[in-house]
Amino acid sequence: MKLITAIIKPFKLDDVKESLKAAGVQGMTVSEVRGFGRQGGHSETYRGAEYKIDFVPKVRFELVVEDGVVESVIAAIKAAASTGKIGDGKIWVTDVDRIVRIRTGEEGPDAI
Amino acid sequence: MKLITAIIKPFKLDDVKDALKAAGVQGLTVSEVRGFGRQGGHSETYRGAEYKIDFVPKVRFELVVEDGAVDPVIAAIKAAASTGKIGDGKIWITDIDRLIRIRTGEEGPDAI
Amino acid sequence: MDAGSLTWVLVSAAMVLFMTPGLAFFYGGMDRERNVLNMLMMNFYCVLIVPVLWMILGYSLAQGGSGNFIGNFDFLFLDGIGILDDNGGQLATIAFLGMFAAITPALISGAVADRMKFSAWAIFVPLWLLLVYVPVFKWVYGGWLGDRGSLDFAGGTAIHVNAGIAALAAVLVLGKRKGWPKEGQPPHSMPLVMIGTGILWFGWFGFNAGSALAANGQATQAFMNTFLAAAAAGLVWVVVEWKRDGHPTNLGAASGIVAGLVAITPAAGYVSGAAPLVIGGIAGLVCCYAVKLKSKFLFDDALDVVGVHFVGGLVGSLLIGFFANPEFFDGTFEEGIFYGGDAGLLLEQAIANLSAIVWSFAITFVIMVVLKKTIGVRVDEQVETTGLDFGLHGESAYH
Repeated sequence: MKLITAIIKPFKLDDVKESLKAAGVQGMTVSEVRGFGRQGGHSETYRGAEYKIDFVPKVRFELVVEDGVVESVIAAIKAAASTGKIGDGKIWVTDVDRIVRIRTGEEGPDAI
Repeated sequence: MKLITAIIKPFKLDDVKDALKAAGVQGLTVSEVRGFGRQGGHSETYRGAEYKIDFVPKVRFELVVEDGAVDPVIAAIKAAASTGKIGDGKIWITDIDRLIRIRTGEEGPDAI
Repeated sequence: MDAGSLTWVLVSAAMVLFMTPGLAFFYGGMDRERNVLNMLMMNFYCVLIVPVLWMILGYSLAQGGSGNFIGNFDFLFLDGIGILDDNGGQLATIAFLGMFAAITPALISGAVADRMKFSAWAIFVPLWLLLVYVPVFKWVYGGWLGDRGSLDFAGGTAIHVNAGIAALAAVLVLGKRKGWPKEGQPPHSMPLVMIGTGILWFGWFGFNAGSALAANGQATQAFMNTFLAAAAAGLVWVVVEWKRDGHPTNLGAASGIVAGLVAITPAAGYVSGAAPLVIGGIAGLVCCYAVKLKSKFLFDDALDVVGVHFVGGLVGSLLIGFFANPEFFDGTFEEGIFYGGDAGLLLEQAIANLSAIVWSFAITFVIMVVLKKTIGVRVDEQVETTGLDFGLHGESAYH
């Protein structure tokens, strides 16, 4: 099993969610995060003084999937989250040693 | 490639960000989280009633780096986040199987 | 006092009380999230300590007797002030003026934000009230400055210039915030700033129109002037900023509104026609640039008390020298230059403000130095970096 983490532009939240659902993903977790990449943030001006805002709002998706669907999930996120402009975000994949469904105690792929 | 996750004191956010930029990091994600470690939270008193705040605000940093950059990045975070007092936080490293830049579809170290 | 006037003065007094929480939100929103409760508490403290002091001796020292420089002790504990002879008019006036006394030191809190010890603030406020506010108030209302012919309808000199210059003296002793000016912090909650601005504008109708101390034509004109000057100043600030910095901002609108309200305060009962638009417009323009002075001269006036209240108050007060129109009000004051007068009134306005500036700056500086050498005025570095809310008050604004 793999944990797929994606950092995307916040306005793409619904598109990516729908795209993942369409790809058969049954559960996911999102959180509001802030970050920067090569785009490097933006600046805001208050009373004529400029403030550099390094961190811009982003949304983080986290989902655990079986090894076999990693490819299609990545494709779904890429297709839905991409605008072609800088700041579209990243996806990374890490190994999951163990997964447990809390209610039933099921483990492994059954718990996904 | 490695995912470096660090939990730090919120007021150290800017110091750590600046230290990471100085260390050549080009992008990272932060989120506001809550947690406790050995410090065990604090208490606040409202209208004479004491509330134990177990979860104190923390900031989580996440960044993906090449294997060779892990040590300098850890050193930068340690130097900037340390106050010498309890509650300074933790850093941990996990393996990344795959990394994709959403906009271009680049994979692996090129996508960092 | 007739029933209509009494009603208006009492309502105005309650409206002015509401301005202190309004100011607290205005400042608190501009402040950073870890210090917002300290800012609110500095403001609310003023409406705790000042009414008590005002009743015990503040009013007596500010208005008792016919001295040129300071009042007397005739009205200690409001002794001898009844409600039978004048329908309670004097008591209503005392309450109304007490609200003014409460908000004036609160204005200074914006300058010392993020780094002043609350214990030092707790002592600063009563000392400043009795040693600075009360004498300057007496000079302007019933003392030597008023007698010379200078005009200050609702407190441009006595309140805004007075508190504004005191803010400068206070921050010079207090020192800069850690990291300033290299690192600044943008407002943590602009909606809070806009709520505060709305409350201030609402309350300011009581502040200015209530200062007629009667339900009459002068109150009505002051009401209209308060309406127009704030709008004109907000408009000008937004336009200037839009052109200069690229965006019409909420903070620009809020700052302009407050600058316009400050500037019309001394003039509200003496000017008419298009004068409030001109006074507000000039204040919006001047203050929009004046808030940049702190970065140039490196005094850390955190939330621009000098740039908005001192400069705005001074602009409005001096413009009375041009726009005062006694004929319109059937008043006995001198004419401004645009209404047939000579430069005499303008000169008196300059003398009055200069006198208030010298006294307020000097005494405030001395109070701050004494506090610094005794109990200390700054929070320790740990509290400054982790936040005054939890560090000084044991509370957090956002859970």
